Amino acid sequence: MDPFESIKATFFQECDELLTDMESGLLAMEAGDDDSETINAVFRAVHSVKGGAGAFGLEELIRFAHIFETVLDEMRSDRLHLTDEVAKVLLRASDVLADHVAAARSAGSVDEGRTLGMIADLQGLIDQERAAELGLDGDGADDAADEDFGFVPIVLSLDEPAAEAPEVDLAALMAAAAEPADAAPQAATATPAWLVTFRPKAEMYAKANETALVLRELARLGEVEVVVDTTAVPPLDQLSAEQAYLSWTIRLLGPATESDVREVFEFVEDDCELTVRREGEAEAPSASLQAADDAESDASASAVEAAAAAPLDLDALLARVQGAPSPEAATPAPEPAPEPVQDAPKADPANMGVAGLIALAEQASLDHVQAAAPPKAEAKTDPKADARAERASAGGTATAATPTIRVDLDRVDRLINAVGELVIQQAMLSQRVFESGLARSSDVALGLEDLELLTREIQDSVMAIRAQPVKSVFQRMPRLVREVADMVGKKVRLVMDGENTEVDKTVIERLSDPITHMLRNASDHGLETPEEREAGGKGVEGVVRLAALHRGGRIVIEVQDDGRGINRPRVRGIAVTKGLIAEDAVLSDDEIDNLIFLPGFSTADVVSDISGRGVGMDVVKRSIQALGGRISITSEPGKGSKFSMSLPLTLAVLDGMVVSAADQTLVAPLSNIVESLTPRAEDVHLVGGRDAVIRIRDTFVPLIDVGMALGFRDEPLPPASGVAVLVESEGGGKAALLVEAIQGQRQVVIKSLEANYQHIHGVAAATILGDGRVALILDVDALVTTSRRKAPRIEKRMAV
Amino acid sequence: MTDTVTPGVAQRRELIAFRIGDQEFCVDIMSVREIRGWAPATPLPRTPSFVKGVINLRGAVLPIIDLGARLGLTTSEPTARHVIMVVHIGERTIGLLVDAVSDIINMSDDLVQPTPDVASDQVKTFVKGLFALEGRMVSLIALDRVLPETEAEAA
Repeated sequence: MDPFESIKATFFQECDELLTDMESGLLAMEAGDDDSETINAVFRAVHSVKGGAGAFGLEELIRFAHIFETVLDEMRSDRLHLTDEVAKVLLRASDVLADHVAAARSAGSVDEGRTLGMIADLQGLIDQERAAELGLDGDGADDAADEDFGFVPIVLSLDEPAAEAPEVDLAALMAAAAEPADAAPQAATATPAWLVTFRPKAEMYAKANETALVLRELARLGEVEVVVDTTAVPPLDQLSAEQAYLSWTIRLLGPATESDVREVFEFVEDDCELTVRREGEAEAPSASLQAADDAESDASASAVEAAAAAPLDLDALLARVQGAPSPEAATPAPEPAPEPVQDAPKADPANMGVAGLIALAEQASLDHVQAAAPPKAEAKTDPKADARAERASAGGTATAATPTIRVDLDRVDRLINAVGELVIQQAMLSQRVFESGLARSSDVALGLEDLELLTREIQDSVMAIRAQPVKSVFQRMPRLVREVADMVGKKVRLVMDGENTEVDKTVIERLSDPITHMLRNASDHGLETPEEREAGGKGVEGVVRLAALHRGGRIVIEVQDDGRGINRPRVRGIAVTKGLIAEDAVLSDDEIDNLIFLPGFSTADVVSDISGRGVGMDVVKRSIQALGGRISITSEPGKGSKFSMSLPLTLAVLDGMVVSAADQTLVAPLSNIVESLTPRAEDVHLVGGRDAVIRIRDTFVPLIDVGMALGFRDEPLPPASGVAVLVESEGGGKAALLVEAIQGQRQVVIKSLEANYQHIHGVAAATILGDGRVALILDVDALVTTSRRKAPRIEKRMAV
Repeated sequence: MTDTVTPGVAQRRELIAFRIGDQEFCVDIMSVREIRGWAPATPLPRTPSFVKGVINLRGAVLPIIDLGARLGLTTSEPTARHVIMVVHIGERTIGLLVDAVSDIINMSDDLVQPTPDVASDQVKTFVKGLFALEGRMVSLIALDRVLPETEAEAA
């Protein structure tokens, strides 16, 4: 892949994680968590998305992220308070942001109307005056992007030909020159300009930061004049390509606060010398600068330490750096703060968090023009101590995340294959040793036992590598439920439980569809309208609960609603009308509930846009059974329904019953098997020519001779000399498979036949048994339906 | 594909020659992954008779094609003296059952003659060309034709 593309791919991967963090933060906020750390986390996520988007020039994404970020910043600085309404708008904004990211990834487009509506809603959260100040009114955001810094050309004499030293700097100059130079006429205020001196160190360039981007970002804050200082550039012969010689002085006009300015340098502040002061002001006292520097280097040191403890997790590192005190928080505002800041005197800086301190500092700098009161006592409390406390708490949160690495799934799969082979080899070796007549107490046999334990442990650990929390599927669901709720005009609250329950990746990928369907179903059909709920004495808001848990070596997913429950008389009526059950059939409540899983059952009069897409519960059931799972429903009229599906923890292994038929060893998936029995000759009846049925208690089910169905033998096995295994196919049909013997129950590793050959009807996959030979895994569904359809058999073949 | 003949350019290549009955065939050495002795295969249901079944090759399920049967030659039940050549065909890996591996040949493409018209359809399908080697005739096998066509789902 083109290196740029691969960086971009990494960015989008990170976006996925950031969006996840953002959404979980927002959901916490929706639940009433207004902790500054939560808000900060959301802000950081959006900010990082914006930052990355900036590097790739994804304008649409930047524009929206910028507005979103601004609103979050307002919350961060306590100017906007968390309410239910705010949380909902933010959640919808997060959906739009996700759309933007998705559109940027696929180079597609987003719903312009929706974006504009969302922007309006976001702006609505901020009062007009403030919005104007932030440049968010109307197309202010656009203007900000078009504004530019003035550029003072530098003249270089040929005696000092070194000016075009580090190439990045040149790029910066070019970029500055290339930007349109229509200076915005907004800076005509009494506010003195900011004077920023920016002296990048070589390390900054080594980390792929670019002055041009930083300056361009700064230019978004207001009108800038940039002067480059080339005095440090040495003569050409002493020039080192890896050193940084240039520095810049930027004069920035406009309403930007010091923290706005500092934020631009957020990612490079550790690798440059930076001063920010008002024009005409003396440089800040060196002592306080020193304090800031100390705090800063402490912060970076702690980040480095933390990074050493948690290697390679760049995101966590960034989060830590951002969470660590910004210099302005640690610097006592050089100009004395005025008294009438309302909440500030009450606030205890030690508990306020960075956001609070920033707000304080901002407030102070905003007001400094009019006021000249003595410094506040609070502001004077040892900034370094505060900074440390804050850093400790930020560091604490960050280190709670376990360090992770990204690994190509292929490599894990290869490892899993190799371990599967190791297990088989080990079993074969044990068998051979045993056959050779060595005593069980011999050293070799004992050593083999240890080897077996070790092998199993390795297998378990390797499978655990591929295990993932179901969170990755669950996190998509709140949005789905929100959208469905909006569409059907219901109020729905989704409660999720057990998001960290782990299951193999192969299963995770296939959980999404059934869960989506069941949640749609629960929100659309399960829950009543708000009016109905009110009339029924329930809360207006319906609750849908999505939970995951481990039970008996399987994962159980539950979708529960507190809606109206299943209308049994109607379900029964429909089933009779559609000929699915006899009119006089006696069914328990439970059996009636489970009728909805029958193929061909669709409650036609409730078909809607959301769940009536021609996909019935039978499809859900089939897809779950295809995974070796089961689904059931319990329901109580008026109180709601609960769907439970239980699935194997992995699709790489399968619990199977090893049987023999026509001298072949075959495996039947245990999830299909209901029971096994020895058929009595009088229970088996021929229907027509060769098709047999067997009476099991009071029902007749088809008896399928597996050896014949697979074409391994021509003559049927006399039923009495075999064993019948009663199976239920994925379609719900029952049949008895006639085999010669049952060898036992075993967990087998699933191997694909299609990888090197092709699909074979009646065979789901293959596996390798302890003796090293390949055994076929039966496709029970195909066997049962084939027998039903009486499909003509092609080319029969005797066993070798 | 490694065994594509580029017209006009006489590429040199190495081939593995093997025997089925009294005939000699060869495939490009680059497509051969390993050669192993015959081990009993697990038969597959509903497959053409030239598919001997599947074996376990270090954890992978490997289909075994009886190349003699595929070419329409008379074959006998395989014994321990038969040989399986494990070859790559595109993304797939399969085993070819042959009588014995006889030689490694170094030759150039321009010595390969197109299969003459006299050959039957079956031979023309699987034999890409012929060449003479020390008085013997060796047929170059078109590996990509060896696997059965994907059968219709409605078995």
